[in-house]
Amino acid sequence: MARVVVDVMPKPEILDPQGKAVHGALDRLGFGGVADVRQGKRFELQVEGEITEERLAEIRNIAETLLSNPVIEDYAVRIEESVGVEGGAA
Amino acid sequence: MKVGVVTFPGSLDDVDAQRAVRLAGAEPVALWHGDHDLRSVDAVVLPGGFSYGDYLRCGAIARFAPVMTEVVAAAHGGMPVLGICNGFQILCESHLLPGALIRNDHRKFVCRDQRLRIDNAATAWTSDYQAGDEIVVPLKNGEGGFVADEFTLDLLEGEGRVVARYLDDNPNGSLRDIAGITNERGNVVGLMPHPEHAVEDLCGPGTDGLGFFTSVLSALVK
Repeated sequence: MARVVVDVMPKPEILDPQGKAVHGALDRLGFGGVADVRQGKRFELQVEGEITEERLAEIRNIAETLLSNPVIEDYAVRIEESVGVEGGAA
Repeated sequence: MKVGVVTFPGSLDDVDAQRAVRLAGAEPVALWHGDHDLRSVDAVVLPGGFSYGDYLRCGAIARFAPVMTEVVAAAHGGMPVLGICNGFQILCESHLLPGALIRNDHRKFVCRDQRLRIDNAATAWTSDYQAGDEIVVPLKNGEGGFVADEFTLDLLEGEGRVVARYLDDNPNGSLRDIAGITNERGNVVGLMPHPEHAVEDLCGPGTDGLGFFTSVLSALVK
């Protein structure tokens, strides 16, 4: 099992009302120095078997057709090593 | 004349759309999102609501519903398809219409009677209007901001594919006050406000919305 992470972000030129709301809240809470906030989505796909180039291409296809809308969003795909039993706070 | 109205899990305005179809003089046919068959309808309405809970993005999951395979194929073949609100979002996600709908710029849900101008009265769904007609229909959305790149916006304007535009205040930050658009052929129309809620004097601001549903009958008779 490997974990593949797909990050989806609104394109820079697209208005991000959610990010704006968070930014406004930061101001109200007195956290200064944050110039802007953009809010995106993170998908974690647990993928069975080896991650081959073919599988990765398939995942990019998933990212492009379902997980993101290329009209308004960009996506990035990266492989994270499967989490072992050691480490972590759990 | 049979006009199909698709019910997705989370659709809200499917019965209102069926009612509007009936009042316009056609026979409404209830279609189910899992259907692979359009049951010989002559046109399809994708109603408003929150298909599949609007998870991921509005309309993104509905696009992959079995019935949409048939709707997309029929639309490419020239069948009139009207997407209202969530239906508009589904049409954009299906690539039957360009652009996308994002959260309202002011982040609030809007529910009000909205004045619109019909800019294109040559589509399958607007032929009973005159270009320039001003109508009032309800509008209710949280993610009704129409966006597209400048090239697409110029193309839509240049080809007269803006079907309706917001008058008075722009309720959701839609670029160039766009409330509805059509495809090149004029058979597929997406509209953010709700004409199906303005088909009877008793329940709504008037009957200005009925024209969308009578137009498609005229289009089908031709």
